Amino acid sequence: MAVDTGLQEPARVSGGEGPTGHLEELRVDPIALMERVRAECGDVGMFRLADRDVVLLSGAEANEFFFRSPEEILDQAEAYPFMAPVFGEGVVFDASPERRREMLHNQALRDKFMRGHAATISSEVERMVAAWDDEGEIDMLEWFAELFIYTSSACLVGKRFREQLDGRFAQLFHDLEQGTDAIAFVDPYADIESFHRRDAARAELVSLIQAIMEARAAEPPVSDDERDLVDVLMSIKNPDGSDRFLPDEVTGMFISMMFAGHHTTSGTAAWTLIEWLRHPDVLARVDDELAELYADGAEVSYQALREMPLLESSIKEALRLHPPLILLLRVAKEELEVEGYAIHEGQMVGASPAVSNRISEDFPDADSFQPDRYLDPREEDRLNPWTWIPFGAGRHRCVGQAFAMMQLKAIFSVLLLDWEFEAAQPPETYRNDHSKMVVQLQQPCVVRYRRRAVARSHAGGAA
Amino acid sequence: MRIVVDTDLCQGHGVCESEAPGVFEVGKDHQVVVLESEPPDNRRSELEAAVRFCPTHALTLVDD
Repeated sequence: MAVDTGLQEPARVSGGEGPTGHLEELRVDPIALMERVRAECGDVGMFRLADRDVVLLSGAEANEFFFRSPEEILDQAEAYPFMAPVFGEGVVFDASPERRREMLHNQALRDKFMRGHAATISSEVERMVAAWDDEGEIDMLEWFAELFIYTSSACLVGKRFREQLDGRFAQLFHDLEQGTDAIAFVDPYADIESFHRRDAARAELVSLIQAIMEARAAEPPVSDDERDLVDVLMSIKNPDGSDRFLPDEVTGMFISMMFAGHHTTSGTAAWTLIEWLRHPDVLARVDDELAELYADGAEVSYQALREMPLLESSIKEALRLHPPLILLLRVAKEELEVEGYAIHEGQMVGASPAVSNRISEDFPDADSFQPDRYLDPREEDRLNPWTWIPFGAGRHRCVGQAFAMMQLKAIFSVLLLDWEFEAAQPPETYRNDHSKMVVQLQQPCVVRYRRRAVARSHAGGAA
Repeated sequence: MRIVVDTDLCQGHGVCESEAPGVFEVGKDHQVVVLESEPPDNRRSELEAAVRFCPTHALTLVDD
């Protein structure tokens, strides 16, 4: 099937002799696999996922090709078979995923909405810490997962909907995230425990949302100010007067809106905190930065939109070292060439933030946590737009990046001004669980908090 | 002073529009439109902010 184009075929990485190729290794230690591809094959190499080749690209030149290619050439929709059962298969939307992403972008993520979101987010953190004693411990995986369910539902769907959620929603969402085993590349409905839990969780989310919709249908309508996306969707009718969107579809929409920003932001919050606990000197400087920024009693909702150089750099560095998405995938829709190598139609093509973010030519001392690399004049993120890729790059770059950064700045403003943190386990024992395509913190991942003797002044966020 | 947009990268976040109103406009198609491609020098600091805070690094200022 290979067309003779005079191009070289990419080399295949060692290992993967079994019938499913490198699938097993991808499920156990995906980063080691992808690093080996680069070490053995260079910028363009190959591994095998069941019966398909994956051409793995790394380095600036190959990544630029990957990120600049339009959908017609490198297709994204086909590349993530593990997501269809999460969003809901057979759910007919009135818009393509691309169009929905645009709608989300336009309605909730535009620059002009950010200040309102910042106020919402800081008040959500205040509510969560209101349940804390003067000192105690939290499991970061669970705590941040719950927090980000509240912030994302409040900002993206609306405050009315958020008030109807509790920790149960976060737990179900977690089961969806855990239902992303790479076995989905062979069979998205394989008879495994995590897929059963995924399907049960989705069904339960549908009943939760159905109950919310039924309750609202029975209540008198609320004022325009209070209306949220649920009310808007419920107001849309078919020509015969029946509801245009059934609970299953509404659930699918909300999952797809909230999914991309959930495990990603939650993992990044945790890793930023972990890196600070591993580097107390940096944390002390961040504390000073915040104390100065909030010295005049500024509100979090205002400050979170402004620059916080060292806090932002810490987040960027946590993202570089621990990118929430370690492998971005596309499917080649035609015969292609990159750096003299052939990519054939139908092959999967990948780029790996986990690998590219640690290329030592671009990021000196690449394995170490150095937020200063983003400060003037080094600015290694700007200098390396095709290898500093925690948010991807090009046309599919994460549309939630600005929202995510603002969100993390608001959350850490509240947390660090009033609380001190310390590791509740040896700092080197915090690690990620790579057994699913959605990477999450591995438990135990406990930190200890203590209320500051003198809380720094800030005006809170409940605007 | 001239503004160059990499349209492959622009996602229409509208940060440039907030930083330098009247120079940039982001329409419903999520692509930036440069209303004033060679703006006067007294707007330089706004334009530099637009370039710096563009979330996708799609803008460049060129001095010819």
